[in-house]
Amino acid sequence: MDLGSISLVAFFASLMVASTPILLAALGEMVTERAGVLNLGVEGMMIIGAICGFAIAIESGSAAAGFLGAAAGGALLSMLFAILTQFLYATQVPSGLALTLVGVGLASLIGQPYVGESPPLMGKLHIPVFESIPFFGPVMFQHDPIVYLSLILAVLVGVFLKYTRGGLILRAVGENHDAAHALGYKVRLVRVMAIGFGGAMAGLGGAYISLIRVPQWTDGITGGIGWIALAIVVFASWKPERVVFGAYLFGGLTALQLNLQAANIPLLFVLPYLVMLAGVIYFVIAVAVGSWKKTLDVKPTLKTFAQFIGVGLVLLLIGIATNYASSLDLLMLSSAPFVATIVVLVVISARSKGASNGPAMLGKIFQAH
Amino acid sequence: MISLIKRPQPSKTWMVATPVLAVIVTMILGGLLFAAMGKDPFVAIRTIFWDPLFSPDFAAYSRPQLLVKAAPLILIAIGLSLGFKAGIWNIGAEGQYIMGAICGAAIGLAFYPMEAWFIFPLMVIGGALGGFLWGLIPALCKTKFNAPEILVSLMLVYFAEQIMIAVSLGALRNPEGNGFPGSRNLAQYASSANPELIAGTGAHWGVMAAFAAVVAAYVLLSKHMLGFQIRVTGESPRAAGFAGVNSKRLIIFCLGTSGALAGLAGLFEVTGPAGQITTSFNTGYGFTAIIVAFLGRLNPIGIMLAGLLLALTFIGGELAQFMLSLPSASIQVFQGMLLMTLLAMDILVNYKIVWRKKEAV
Amino acid sequence: MFKKILATTALAVGLAGAAFADDKTKVGFVYVGPINDGGWTQGHDHGRQELEKHFGDKVETVFVENVPEGPDAERIMTQMALTGTDIIFATSFGFMDPTINVAAKFPDVKFEHATGYKQADNVSVYSARFYEGRAIQGTIAGRMTKSNIVGYIGSVPIPEVVRGINSAYIHAKKVNPDVEFKVIWIYEWMNPAKEADAAKALLEQGADVILQHTDSTAPLAAAKEAGAIGFGQASDMYDFAPNPRVSSIIDDWAPYYIERTQAVMDGTWSSTNTWGGIASGMVGIGEITDAVPADVKAEALAMKDAIVAGTYHPFTGPLNKQDGTPWLAEGEVADDGALAGMSFYVEGLTGEIPQ
Repeated sequence: MDLGSISLVAFFASLMVASTPILLAALGEMVTERAGVLNLGVEGMMIIGAICGFAIAIESGSAAAGFLGAAAGGALLSMLFAILTQFLYATQVPSGLALTLVGVGLASLIGQPYVGESPPLMGKLHIPVFESIPFFGPVMFQHDPIVYLSLILAVLVGVFLKYTRGGLILRAVGENHDAAHALGYKVRLVRVMAIGFGGAMAGLGGAYISLIRVPQWTDGITGGIGWIALAIVVFASWKPERVVFGAYLFGGLTALQLNLQAANIPLLFVLPYLVMLAGVIYFVIAVAVGSWKKTLDVKPTLKTFAQFIGVGLVLLLIGIATNYASSLDLLMLSSAPFVATIVVLVVISARSKGASNGPAMLGKIFQAH
Repeated sequence: MISLIKRPQPSKTWMVATPVLAVIVTMILGGLLFAAMGKDPFVAIRTIFWDPLFSPDFAAYSRPQLLVKAAPLILIAIGLSLGFKAGIWNIGAEGQYIMGAICGAAIGLAFYPMEAWFIFPLMVIGGALGGFLWGLIPALCKTKFNAPEILVSLMLVYFAEQIMIAVSLGALRNPEGNGFPGSRNLAQYASSANPELIAGTGAHWGVMAAFAAVVAAYVLLSKHMLGFQIRVTGESPRAAGFAGVNSKRLIIFCLGTSGALAGLAGLFEVTGPAGQITTSFNTGYGFTAIIVAFLGRLNPIGIMLAGLLLALTFIGGELAQFMLSLPSASIQVFQGMLLMTLLAMDILVNYKIVWRKKEAV
Repeated sequence: MFKKILATTALAVGLAGAAFADDKTKVGFVYVGPINDGGWTQGHDHGRQELEKHFGDKVETVFVENVPEGPDAERIMTQMALTGTDIIFATSFGFMDPTINVAAKFPDVKFEHATGYKQADNVSVYSARFYEGRAIQGTIAGRMTKSNIVGYIGSVPIPEVVRGINSAYIHAKKVNPDVEFKVIWIYEWMNPAKEADAAKALLEQGADVILQHTDSTAPLAAAKEAGAIGFGQASDMYDFAPNPRVSSIIDDWAPYYIERTQAVMDGTWSSTNTWGGIASGMVGIGEITDAVPADVKAEALAMKDAIVAGTYHPFTGPLNKQDGTPWLAEGEVADDGALAGMSFYVEGLTGEIPQ
């Protein structure tokens, strides 16, 4: 066991890289879903983006051109879904599944001549001044341009949805398409654009894998990340800042699992203490904030604190009882994002007292009269 | 210009005609795709659709195999269709399939190497129960907290896959497996095996269960009160409320039943054709069944035919691969096209297309 | 009931034989992955292409790719047999039981199962002694590492992979007593994104040599960026030479496929258990580049020669198991049975094999 060998700087830096494709795809899907459309074809659009980006980067010799091509490829494929669901009123769930089927197959066919090729690489873009901040510099400001782009896009999407007229219309369409239609908004046009944006972002995410993170083309290169992006959107309750958080949390868990393995530390060996530590931190902050605001209610605070400690102790016992079996470790780490998503779904749904927290029209068919 | 007029009732004629039309259109599109890849399109289409059924050389084998491949698809799709009809979206059948197989297999393995008549029935119950409970989770999340079942059930697929990997490496691993992950072979252990019941037909217990499910669903939907409630809820949830439908019970019924059927499919598969739980035991039946359910128009008879059709494209696709060297990806694209064409043609069922002169609305 | 099945199949086989009888030998391949995966399946498909080149018009090869390990494999092999295939190579461990089942129904068709352990009258098994190549890699790794940390990306915890880790470690340790191995399991044979992340995690924790038992070039790309070295796996991966790829283990199935097909043609085929190493050409050692100092290269090549000559076995005692219990006494050589089911680490390795 070798906790000291995990370098925090390197860990957080690689976390950002691992999270970027999920973030890009999830941001796109979030916008699509906010317009009331559920496109389950993210995996298909991602892998089409991965191969289009790869092929164009090789043919043109420029990674940047590859990314543009990836966005175009993803958007183009998503138009198949748009035609089906928006013009032919097909049900969205099977349409999305069909899109994945077609996307994965098509990508493999397009990709056959590109197996074994090496794409042009995209250099790192160190942000001047910021890159030399201790710790945060190497963690955040010494990446490739797409990492920054993904975060900038997250901010832009957030601003667009919250503060612009276009964002307002998009949300209106997602919340109540009949009302939006009555107000004179072009529901179908808005949705087609949202689907196209989702496709383009998924394409970018896919290309990030084939052009930067791996970089190589093989069949099935996206390896299920599109499905995870879908989960992250729900986990994030359709909010951009939480999508960033969710994507980074997932990337973090992946990186943590690998790092713990390399350092030879069973998860259950550290997790109980982390949970208990979180309890202590919560307690200290709650007491501090409470006494400062003079709203301190000791009893519930103590109860929450006790719950943290209790969970920690249970985990500790599980660890000892199973003798830190590695298959259990694997199960906990790799299923954590999905279980967390379900918990979040339940909690937010319960909190909103019956009103679904997602866009009200999600997955419903709109037909203008 | 073209304009669409919604039909007061879905057209019965088109409902039957569109799947046939979709298959024909897909054959043409697929033929073009195969031709573009330098293969003879007629031979390719014949290999996929005709040879598995009528080739004198191997149809005697591949016809029964059609049943083996279609059975889990039909069994799962029947369950899903109940929910889909009522607007309840279980897209996590893959997870329920896995959990059914794991629970059933665990029971069988617990008895190993004892031989007794009651082991297989117990496993069947365990399989159904495993799928049922896994399907109950999204149902309860929906009824208690109003969490969307479509997303919860999807998340549970990933969770089930992780459990499957963990038990293949740990709890259910074959101690005599020479260090390889995966459980004992249940098909080779008489008390837990699900063999062919009538030689040469491919029919194992799962095939029987699939046909039983088709009949049961048909009766339920056409004759039973519950079937009426399902249909009403799907057509108009508000009307269902007035008609006294208890929507919560309906959600639990639909998700529970589809979970149990998916679990059964998993159990019959793991004890028969597949034989063992491995890290990649699931082969996507749960997702393909969604396609089957829609291809079959959520109608039990339709689902049975759709299941057989999709099984045909799988088996014919394999033949096309090794007889014509078509890449497997092209078969995948072909199946995707089939589904897309069918979905596109749905519009003919619900809408009338009329030519109108352009006029100010 | 069983008799009836046999009768039906025999009838079908008879028909098939009549319909497809010609003088070409038909060879079938069942692949678990896509033929252009750049790794395991591509290696086998390369063998198939070489087989076609070698025999020209005398053979016809057929294959099915992306076959899931389960019921589909059984059906595909049956249909291959029904369409007059003379010999079928099933190229993944998970095809073991299906191969045995199908072989029982077609006594006249020959079957070859890669990496498995169940034989029958018409089922041979074959596998490669990749651990011999790992011994050479371990030697280079032990000499080349400056941080004394070697990262190892494990795929699925099966004996073959465990053997590789043990072999590499034993030989790294031999030339560098301070060496330490860090192992990450990704539970897949190929997942480029995950491999890249695993390689990065290892590099961040100080590894400057990366060994991989996974099939993509992603770890090499990560090693290149970090200025570390690595090795090609399954294929030569020469695009990354001379640095970071300093050598490689190449799967070369072509000689075996040619030999076995020839045996079918000659009517001399019999059920065998082949475990080919460097000597038989099944395991190839890719060119050791100039990034490796001349003396280390010479040392590695000397070991290769000794293995080929049969004067050295990578698992030679004294060796203890991880918990310190003795395994091989001084000078004792591991027998193939123990190697085939190896599911323990040797002494000095940390961590545990996932279970």
